[in-house]
Amino acid sequence: MADGSIGLWTVPLAVLGGAIRVSTPFLFVSLGECITERSGRINLGLEGTLVMGAMSAYGISYLTGSPWLGVLAAGITGALLGALHAGICSLPRVNDVAVGIALMLFGTGLAFYLGKPLIEPTAPRLPAIDFGWWSDISQVRAALRVNVLFLIGVALAPILYWAFRTTRWGLLIRTAGESSDAARAMGHSVLLIRLRATMVGGFLAGIGGSFLSLFYPGSWNEGLSSGQGITAVALVIFARWDPLLCLWASLAFGGAAALGPALQSVGVTSGYHLFNAAPYILTLAIMIITCSPKRTLTGAPAELSITR
Amino acid sequence: MTTEAADPTETVGAIAPAADPGFLQRHGATIEYILIPGAALAGALVVFGIFVAMFGKNPLDLYFYMYYGAFGTWFSWQNTLTRAAPLILTALCTALPAQLGMVIIGGEGALLIGALSATSAALALQGMPPFIVQIAMVCAGVIGGGLWIMLAGALRQYRGVNETISSLLLVYIALAILNHLVEGAMRDPASLNKPSTREIGAANMIGSIPGTDVHWGLVFGLIAATAAYILIYHTVFGFAARVAGGNIRAAKIVGLGVSKLILTICFLAGGAAGLAGMVEVAAVQGRTNANLAAGYGFTGILVAFLARQNPLAIIPVAILLGGISASGGLLQRRLGLPDASVLVLQGIIFVFVLASDALYGRIGFLKGKS
Repeated sequence: MADGSIGLWTVPLAVLGGAIRVSTPFLFVSLGECITERSGRINLGLEGTLVMGAMSAYGISYLTGSPWLGVLAAGITGALLGALHAGICSLPRVNDVAVGIALMLFGTGLAFYLGKPLIEPTAPRLPAIDFGWWSDISQVRAALRVNVLFLIGVALAPILYWAFRTTRWGLLIRTAGESSDAARAMGHSVLLIRLRATMVGGFLAGIGGSFLSLFYPGSWNEGLSSGQGITAVALVIFARWDPLLCLWASLAFGGAAALGPALQSVGVTSGYHLFNAAPYILTLAIMIITCSPKRTLTGAPAELSITR
Repeated sequence: MTTEAADPTETVGAIAPAADPGFLQRHGATIEYILIPGAALAGALVVFGIFVAMFGKNPLDLYFYMYYGAFGTWFSWQNTLTRAAPLILTALCTALPAQLGMVIIGGEGALLIGALSATSAALALQGMPPFIVQIAMVCAGVIGGGLWIMLAGALRQYRGVNETISSLLLVYIALAILNHLVEGAMRDPASLNKPSTREIGAANMIGSIPGTDVHWGLVFGLIAATAAYILIYHTVFGFAARVAGGNIRAAKIVGLGVSKLILTICFLAGGAAGLAGMVEVAAVQGRTNANLAAGYGFTGILVAFLARQNPLAIIPVAILLGGISASGGLLQRRLGLPDASVLVLQGIIFVFVLASDALYGRIGFLKGKS
């Protein structure tokens, strides 16, 4: 409590800090979903993947003492769930939206089941880099305590943007998403491309989950994720399947999600729950503004069932 | 099922199904609708058995306690039916829009808003005759939940917003509104640890079906499911809805008012889930608080898919899944399984049911000669 005089400045500072801290899971899930959707399939199950990732990261970190092994385990768990999703979707006449809903319920249920013994113990958490060392104000320092995963996520967005444009893999994924016939004509298996894209998407979403349990909020409990995964899926839609826009949208979301706790910390408690719902309201509002019944969205992969 | 003869030739196939050689072929579709979900359910139970066996529990004990806790005694039957009541109603919230090809998964949100509206109506009408209060609660619950899902339908129709995502986002918004009101404007000052609204009053509770502990909500559910079935399969409106669900362009060409269909169906769907919220308030909780977000809306999605979106099939499926959730307590006490085991089983069932979609029209002995 170095300084009380910054008063109401706490709120924008906390929102800035939130944009950095809270946005990381949004960022990873939306980048992962971006890859999956670009290949022409939607995975609504990333909410379940996020929770499973959080649980397995916490568990492995607790058992081995290494939070980074936990992050890896979360990624692998996510990739396995992605493989399950892709596997079921590759059967004929199976609806990918419905499979996503099923895996959302399955993932959260399984995480609660396996995570029961993990609510009590404390696992080693991920380290943070102090970018606020120059400041005397504790709130500034708190806002600028940045996790490495956030930096990885920020770097990943332009890399993905570049990869979609120029690499062979990016081109293949986009071909599968725009026209499965074209991909097949080129001699590639669409199902295989989508399997890989969904597994990579699940891997990233799992890592997003590990951030929840190993850094912020930094513990495992059953209320850890309430819709961050599904919000991130919606975020991809209005980010127009563009990894760079996903980054900016995630930051905006992190800021919105930090608004409730920030206002509470300066004594505004009356609308606490409503402010906590800010990301969902924001998502809905942006979807209402950006969608149109007349045309399909620009940038939408043509094979995506959800936009047709 | 007993005729999986080794020899697939036509002569043998024609003789084997005893009296009526064409029976399996003629009723193939109906048999498939029972056989395939049944097989999916059995497969899910086997996988769940293996899952708990990995934690050192005996799967046979598991199956026994599941049966015993769900359907073994009159007490467990009543518990099962009590849980099935809201499931029938929330399943309709997914099944009705599915006729139009829409995937609505926000039944939980409509349930919460319905509960909140019904509670508000009851609190506003304190002192009136109970019958009037109950009617008002039903109306408020249906209208509240109905408008909530109609919002998702309207966004889809007029703004092209995906209804699956918007209806799920609305669940979290509904929960925030509920918490906000329950901890603020509508809070009963006497509820210290668990913020709640004031009680609607014992006289206004809808009570149990005579001779049982099962509340009248079950009857509400049965009526709603039957009415939905008649609406979808035996009215012009339902026919129009199914046409629009099959081919939206054809529906527009023949001049069906697609907007009206979507808004009406979504209102009815949300109304059913809102009624579930009203029932939970007026028959179980007696007030609104966070306990209402018990996941009935999400299990309802599973019920609708397992019933293949057929309103009548929802009734037995809801009873089955009500039984699974009723047995959860027994599994916890006798086998020491966590309460989330019911969620895991539901998830496994859901995955199996969807994967089994691939089997329709592919079972050899049910195929015609074509």
